[in-house]
Amino acid sequence: MTRSAKPVLVRSVLAALTLAPPLATAGSVLCPIMAHAAGASDDEAERLARWKEIQKSIFGDRQIAATDSLVKVDAPVRAMDAALVPITLTMPEKDRIAGVHLVIDDNPSPYAAHIAFGPGADAGEIKLRVRVNNYTNIHAVVETKDGQLFETTKFVKASGGCSAPMGMSDEEAMKGMGDMKLKFAEAQPGRPVEATLMIRHPNFSGMQMNQITRDYTPARYINKVAITRGDQTILTLDGDISIASNPVINFGLQPEGRGPIKVVATDNQNGRWEHSFAAPSATN
Amino acid sequence: MRANAGRSRWSTTRRGALFGGLCLCCLPTLGRSAEGFDLQEVSPGIFIRRGPDAEATPENHDAIANIGFIVGDRSVLVTESGGSLADGAWLRAEIRKRTDKPISHVVLTHVHPDHCFGAAAFAEDKPVYVGHHALRAALDARGDYYRGRLAEILGADRAGSVVYPTLEVADGAEVDLGGRILRFTAHGAAHTTCDLSMRDSASGVLFPADLLFVTRIPSLDGSLVGWLKEADRLRAMGATQAVPGHGPRLVDLAPALDDLTRYLTTLRDETRKAIAADVPIEKAVQTVGQSERDRWVLFDTYNGRNVTQAFKELEWE
Repeated sequence: MTRSAKPVLVRSVLAALTLAPPLATAGSVLCPIMAHAAGASDDEAERLARWKEIQKSIFGDRQIAATDSLVKVDAPVRAMDAALVPITLTMPEKDRIAGVHLVIDDNPSPYAAHIAFGPGADAGEIKLRVRVNNYTNIHAVVETKDGQLFETTKFVKASGGCSAPMGMSDEEAMKGMGDMKLKFAEAQPGRPVEATLMIRHPNFSGMQMNQITRDYTPARYINKVAITRGDQTILTLDGDISIASNPVINFGLQPEGRGPIKVVATDNQNGRWEHSFAAPSATN
Repeated sequence: MRANAGRSRWSTTRRGALFGGLCLCCLPTLGRSAEGFDLQEVSPGIFIRRGPDAEATPENHDAIANIGFIVGDRSVLVTESGGSLADGAWLRAEIRKRTDKPISHVVLTHVHPDHCFGAAAFAEDKPVYVGHHALRAALDARGDYYRGRLAEILGADRAGSVVYPTLEVADGAEVDLGGRILRFTAHGAAHTTCDLSMRDSASGVLFPADLLFVTRIPSLDGSLVGWLKEADRLRAMGATQAVPGHGPRLVDLAPALDDLTRYLTTLRDETRKAIAADVPIEKAVQTVGQSERDRWVLFDTYNGRNVTQAFKELEWE
């Protein structure tokens, strides 16, 4: 968008990806795709070709079947704020689901997130807020417990979400970094509990300009969030620069868990934050 | 971000590019029939052009804000530079039709492109560019981004360029045009993080720029809580009339501020309520503020975005 920006952008994103252990394997494969992204086209066939390319880089030769029933993506058709696009993933046959991958095809770094559910999770619904840099397909790929992959897609109109400036200084954006809140919807006995995890973190995309140095703020983003309760895993999220600043994740909690919920978040620059939260219990 | 030249299917008019609280998609005809958009002398020596309540389009040159000039005994101050080089050049030509006095000052009221991208049209006058102390940093962060988007819509030659303030107002400042003094106030985060208002000593008229929207829905790009605070500050300045950043050229300040604060208060209270009730953001953008829907032009274009900004700000309270 700016004359000199593109090479810088690609470089910073590449640097970011190699620093992200969970997604590094995908990232290194995704590099050529990112170069491709800069000139991607909007024609149906090319969108499909692009998805095939991304699919191969993440999932290799594994078969992915289309599905209308195992996963659904809800997103605004036209985003109001490209830097904060709310996404809801619904997985009605939740007991079959081991995890879900979120791919924003035309983002500079398409592989936005992978969520692996543990026994403490209710896998029926996940909500995330993402950045969308261009008119794009958003793919959700679910992995069933027996190792099959199913995908669905949704087209979203937005632009500039990854490079949109924060509207504040980097220092201000980093204030309280690592602070967390965990909120619970009202619990009904025996029913899954909806939880909202909020993490203070700028999630710098590497494509935003620093106000003082006029250089791009290096990518600094949450790359892993592990949520556990006792010795039970609730979920693990591997994230990337496509997650909006101050990440918010909605997820379901199995009602029979006991004890506080522990959240450990790390970022790609060795930041690590751990918080423990009292949670509603089955006896309530 | 990919280059977009030649990508006809993503023609700029269809992209609905929202940026910095200013959506550059197009609803070009709204508000046009209500009133002409020429310059009028709203008070002795104060000439204002009303900007239409529309988005930037190739046809309107992003000339959508209320811009104009104030003539003193010695020199001329430009109240707002215009939304593009083309808009700024138009204003400069209009000034020259009316006075030969030197253009000594150009005010850059905040970072949004519909207010500051006309600045380069005045370069040959070598004016003092007056801006908030935080404007430079905001322009550094967003200027290129805005320029790129504006160039997509208007073409690079008409878009304009980033011009920095040469008089950076920390708290307050005064400019004497001869026979009238303009007193500037640098505000805390409100509409944006670099809002500058001014008051003319000769007429008593207040120029709150985009701290005051009339008819056009306010766009939130700074701080909702802060904006309500700064609105109180404007109210306390004692002016009876004001030239808002958008809307009619000259309004009675008190009722206009009442309308603004009613919208902002609704936005704040209903967003807080939604957060407290665990209403998710994607629902809140559809429900918050709807009682205001018929009161503002471009409501559907901006309200959801305002709710998003408010939600982000208030959910950490």
